[in-house]
Amino acid sequence: MSFLTDPLAFEFFQRALVAALLVGVLCPIVGSYVVLRGMAFLGDALAHIILPGVVIAFLLGIPLVVGALVMGIVTAFAIGALSERNVLREDSAIGVIFAGAFALGIALLSATDGYAVDLAHFLFGNLLGVTTSDLWAMGVLSFIVLTVIVLLFKELQLVSFDPLLARTLRLPVRALDYLLLLLIAVTIVVALQVVGVALMLAMLITPAAAASLFTRRLLPMMLWGAVIGASSGAIGLYASFYLNIASGPAVVLVATLIFGLVYLFAPERGLISRRMASA
Amino acid sequence: MANGFTSFLQRSKLIHDATHLPGTPLFRADNVTVRYGDTVALDAVSFELNTGEQVAVVGPNGAGKSTLFRLMVGEIRPNSGTVTLYGSTPTDHLCVAYVPQRKAIDWRFPVTVTDVVMMGRVRKIGLFRHPGRRDRDLVRDSLERVNIAPLADKQIGELSGGQQQRVFIARALAQEAELLLLDEPLTGLDMPSQERFFNLLDAVSDSGVTTIIATHDLNLAARQFDQVMLLNTHLVAIGAPEQVLSAENLAAAYGGHLHTVGDVIIADTCCEE
Repeated sequence: MSFLTDPLAFEFFQRALVAALLVGVLCPIVGSYVVLRGMAFLGDALAHIILPGVVIAFLLGIPLVVGALVMGIVTAFAIGALSERNVLREDSAIGVIFAGAFALGIALLSATDGYAVDLAHFLFGNLLGVTTSDLWAMGVLSFIVLTVIVLLFKELQLVSFDPLLARTLRLPVRALDYLLLLLIAVTIVVALQVVGVALMLAMLITPAAAASLFTRRLLPMMLWGAVIGASSGAIGLYASFYLNIASGPAVVLVATLIFGLVYLFAPERGLISRRMASA
Repeated sequence: MANGFTSFLQRSKLIHDATHLPGTPLFRADNVTVRYGDTVALDAVSFELNTGEQVAVVGPNGAGKSTLFRLMVGEIRPNSGTVTLYGSTPTDHLCVAYVPQRKAIDWRFPVTVTDVVMMGRVRKIGLFRHPGRRDRDLVRDSLERVNIAPLADKQIGELSGGQQQRVFIARALAQEAELLLLDEPLTGLDMPSQERFFNLLDAVSDSGVTTIIATHDLNLAARQFDQVMLLNTHLVAIGAPEQVLSAENLAAAYGGHLHTVGDVIIADTCCEE
């Protein structure tokens, strides 16, 4: 047991554990929509696109989330406008903004002193550097995102499954789509310190995708995703502590490993039970 | 308790519902033209539909069948001309249900049969609220009416094609729709399933719901429907199948892509649009 309790003597480790659990729960719940709506590319792009916003906020010394949100809102509308004009496919429109914004973020960061260290933190997370005030911000934002999802559960499920029905029921479909983009953007901000921009997609997609292999309703998919995400966060953190590897990649590797196990062993839809059924 | 947020949205015109004007036809299109860019999808189309009718819309690919449906559900507006549903613009009505083509649905989506049928109630349940007793009763009744109550807890991908289609008809019933639009509903159904589908469609019509299907199968339209609409961007003809599906009309709609072998009409266009 001391194997598990020893690291808890360090306060930075306690804070890191809380952060990893929080992000592990939040990301798969929001990520379920990303998985089900086929938004993986958009989610990855959004993580990179908010980088300049975060960097500007970092340089100005204002809360990172403000910069990220402004950037997230601007890009959501920019992508919408570019693809609605019908001159570009949506993925090309996203790609143009994705790469441009990411370059801007890195260019801004490169003009500062601690460039290499800061860049590594933005790209891959800085779980062991989480402060108490970071935790508060992450907690409040997570609470807001989860509250919106609880309140609008049936509407968000409906626009994700059958947008045409949502339109014939005269729901504000576009507003709900933009709201979902906003929820994803906030979630990315919360997870930024844990996994960083480059590995963000893994936290959004991998635990939710694993859960989708053995659940048949949206709520269980979200909750099992949260269990897998939180386990990955905790196991990854301990692995990073004992094996002396970077924490963000450790968390993502554990999530990927769990996905692999689920893919092999899931009842009914797992590789092995499908092989047995067809044999 | 009144749902405050919903009424706020209604007042603010973010969402709003229309009422039915008495004495107006269910649906009326008056000289309607729809264009996508330079392409004319519907050209000066006029017709009326009345409550309880069963209509098959037929025509070659690109004839405007899907565009007509999108007009009727209020998803698009005409470039010129007017469409009305019970006397007002379709975009405000909740009484139109649309059964999408099979390929338009993600059958792996983690929802059960009950979940999908309950989606028809989402607006009437209201924001921030859970389904009430009446919603649950309506969903159960709808499942029983289409004969899939025992499958209520199955994930939708676990059902057969015919069963999946009945889920969406049950959803239209739960929605309390008065106009039911079905886009190519017979694609991929075997003969017994088609038989069951038409029995169900008759039962739905008998309860006062107007049903319209888009199909590429002319023989089926002629056999099963008392009203057929032949479309080729403009309205070629509407009425009883023996009048509408005459040799001249079919030649006008399909040009050379049509052959008759005895009583059977063969159109060498297919269903993909």
